[in-house]
Amino acid sequence: MSKAGLVRAGMVLGFLLLLELLTRTGVINGLVMIPPSAMAAALWTLLLSGALDAAMAQSFSNIALAFLLSVVLGFAGGLLVHALPRLRRLVDPLLASYYAVPFFVFYPLLVAIFGLNRWPLVAIGFAFGSAAMVIATLNGLDRVPRVLRKVAQVHRLGRAAEIFLVILPAATPHLFTGLKLALAYSFIGVLAGEFILSGGGLGFSIAYAYDGFDNRTMYALMLFVVALAILLNATLHVWEQHLILRRRRP
Amino acid sequence: MNGTATRDGSGFQRALDAVLLLAVILAAWQGLYASVGEVAITSPLGTLAEIEQLLGSPVFWGNVGATATALAVSAAISALAGVAAGLALGFHRFAGVVAEPILAALYTLPKVTLYPVVLLVFGLGVSAKIAFGVMHGVIPVVLFTMSAVRNIEPVHLKTARMLKLTAFQTASTILAPAVVPEIFTGLRVGFALTLLGVLIGEMFASQRGLGFMIMNGMNTHDVPTMTAVVVLLIIFAVIVSSLLLTLDRKLHRRG
Repeated sequence: MSKAGLVRAGMVLGFLLLLELLTRTGVINGLVMIPPSAMAAALWTLLLSGALDAAMAQSFSNIALAFLLSVVLGFAGGLLVHALPRLRRLVDPLLASYYAVPFFVFYPLLVAIFGLNRWPLVAIGFAFGSAAMVIATLNGLDRVPRVLRKVAQVHRLGRAAEIFLVILPAATPHLFTGLKLALAYSFIGVLAGEFILSGGGLGFSIAYAYDGFDNRTMYALMLFVVALAILLNATLHVWEQHLILRRRRP
Repeated sequence: MNGTATRDGSGFQRALDAVLLLAVILAAWQGLYASVGEVAITSPLGTLAEIEQLLGSPVFWGNVGATATALAVSAAISALAGVAAGLALGFHRFAGVVAEPILAALYTLPKVTLYPVVLLVFGLGVSAKIAFGVMHGVIPVVLFTMSAVRNIEPVHLKTARMLKLTAFQTASTILAPAVVPEIFTGLRVGFALTLLGVLIGEMFASQRGLGFMIMNGMNTHDVPTMTAVVVLLIIFAVIVSSLLLTLDRKLHRRG
């Protein structure tokens, strides 16, 4: 591990130890927060008991669907908006203010459209994830060097060949940022939607534990969600570094 | 003469495009209303009437005031704390490398699920809302500021040293012009997320504010009020973001 990685791990560990100390000595009231070790123990029991299996399956499949839809439709949307500058000028301010709108308020509307099933939640995750993908696609396409497009013209590539052989590879770093954000936002959208509104999934389990003053379960689940977020980030970070290294090689 | 004519022409086209977009949105809204009905959404005309009524009611303005106060405080905290932390992490390279993945992970976290902790720590009321706004808004400001500082060309700093500029001169003539545009982008993104955070905070942790009005409308099936407040919020968010975006572009062009 690099020096920065070691320091980082040390800081996180130190923070956990500090929390452990503060909660064990009662500086932080046990009703407010339980010690991290107790969170981990409670999570371990929960995972072994299989009580989380259904909630996990539901959340993960919703996140996966929202992510896939965000990436595919967000990319297509980005291509479309990029091709139409007049549309672009109108959509830019909308995209800039997009994330200020609390999409959860549309849940009743989504239930009326899709019915009471998984799709309203997938739609919320999609609503969160797709705009990030559109924005990243636009950024990527804006930064494709003009000379590459000229090369494509010189070689008389068709539209499809130009997109797949020239534009996509050139825009890859930005598209990857889009993938990262789309995954993060789908994760946020689905879990937050479950937390606020739905009757199932990990987000709902946290809200349920909170309403029932079940601090152990609540903190165990929060630890789980935090760990998942860190794991997702670390995986994407490693993959991105790998891509960057491969691009540098001639 | 000719230049003015072209500019007018493009201005006209812009206005026409904006009207067209608005028409498409309104048509989609009306279509949605026609297919799902009163249970989930109010028609555009009905919403307009409801908005008119809201704008005349003191209760509504009280809620606007509550949200505006919380938004102003949390946006100010996000901006100051975010820029300060971003500058520190940007100039201290190693600290930045250590902190960046941690910040990115925090950014990815569905912060709503941590709201019970915020409530337990801050209690119900205005401080929980503000804390929520800051939790959402501060991280993008830190990340953008940090990358702005890191991207300062070393040669610019060398020039400053060569010209023997004082620390203040270096800051005002070299550093500020180099980092301000990107910091502003961070503040713009941060502001949108702060608004989201405050609204979410109000939806759960408050008895006042626009977020509370929305939640209340959802719980009591008061669809017209809910739709009207959401539409007003979207209009506000779009107007503020457009203004910030215009400023943002000006700053970037100048740089």
